[in-house]
Amino acid sequence: MKIDSIKNGIVIDHIRAGKGMELYHFLHLDNLDCSIALIKNVPSKKLGKKDIIKVDTDLQLNLDILGYIDPGVTINIIKNGERVEKFHPQLPERLTNIIQCKNPRCITSVEQEIPHIFKLSDRENGVYRCIYCESKAKG
Amino acid sequence: MRSLIDIIDLSVEEIDSLITTANDIIANPDKYCEKCNRKKLATLFFEPSTRTRLSFEAAMLELGGSVIGFSGADSSSSAKGESVSDTVRTVGCYADIIAMRHPKEGAPMIASMRSSVPIINAGDGGHNHPTQTLADLLTIQREKGHFDHLTVGLCGDLKFGRTVHSLIHALSRYEGVQFIMISPDELKIPDYIVHELETAGIPYTETRSLEEAMPHLDILYMTRVQRERFFNEADYIRLKDSYVLTPEKLTPAKRDLSILHPLPRVNEISVAVDNDPRACYFKQVLNGKFIRMALILKLLGVE
Repeated sequence: MKIDSIKNGIVIDHIRAGKGMELYHFLHLDNLDCSIALIKNVPSKKLGKKDIIKVDTDLQLNLDILGYIDPGVTINIIKNGERVEKFHPQLPERLTNIIQCKNPRCITSVEQEIPHIFKLSDRENGVYRCIYCESKAKG
Repeated sequence: MRSLIDIIDLSVEEIDSLITTANDIIANPDKYCEKCNRKKLATLFFEPSTRTRLSFEAAMLELGGSVIGFSGADSSSSAKGESVSDTVRTVGCYADIIAMRHPKEGAPMIASMRSSVPIINAGDGGHNHPTQTLADLLTIQREKGHFDHLTVGLCGDLKFGRTVHSLIHALSRYEGVQFIMISPDELKIPDYIVHELETAGIPYTETRSLEEAMPHLDILYMTRVQRERFFNEADYIRLKDSYVLTPEKLTPAKRDLSILHPLPRVNEISVAVDNDPRACYFKQVLNGKFIRMALILKLLGVE
């Protein structure tokens, strides 16, 4: 299978196999009208199998959120066909409406309009807690 | 405008200043009896409470202010499905400050984000109850004169007891404080608090035996072991009496021990202990009113 390299845009590499579609929806890539490739189950030395997403447009995304969804991904920024930046996303300090609080005693369980906000409370172990009830986020 | 949602919202200096004000109120009550003239406190109690609501109301009345509010969600418009945000926006048109108790965790925080007047969390489910912690701190300060280098025994339900968790957070900020956690295995302190103590290098020990811990303690903070927390009745019956404080169990205790309890008690402190000069739990109730007075003054910006 041959997929052309991109001119200006982003390549999200080393996505855990099977997670690619989740990231695609998560980043709302279905709303874009540029060329996008979602490649699944690519052989990988590091992971055995991986997914890759290529987006052929210069766009602003909250890439740190990817660090929460799949901490192992690599982001490559491409300009004029060349890779100009490569990094691993950090765990974001706050997640708004990314995860839902599952605590039935939390105020978010009864008031629908409240944004579900989680704060990073332990970066080492990737622990997020609901800002309202302080319950641990469950993946 | 500021609200009090969690005890850690207050710095050590702010807590010290509240304690100073509360002590001044105790010494000179007349000086404060008109400080909140023409000010109104709304007590929004979405679940029933006796002592906390009355304590807030008494505090405001003693400051010369007045009180409006409700007790029980049935008598509020939340029974009609109104959100917490809308309720506090509405009440903010009538009152200068709001004390809120709500069965859902985080409700007072939402209220503080939407309200035009200060919100005091008067208990949100099993989560936070910062004014109880302020009452505990004022009691410890009045009994001991300081917070540093105290050995604090926490006894009973350390797993679900919100007052215990808040007190640990508050006291952890003082130098040389160490904790002895006394509980059955089923009700041990949650891992995340243990993790916080270890990360901050605060000494603590865990034991099942109140007798073993007793001689070391400067403060004994008792809590109720609740039947509903146990998976089986046999375990409850086996454990419940191990944490009943009696005059006999106090024999090896220090002469200047202070015994605290957030109340209500059921049977975990024998009434025979009430006359012991080391029993401070009813003083703690009174201190709760004074520290709430100090807090109302602070949040209203009254000098």
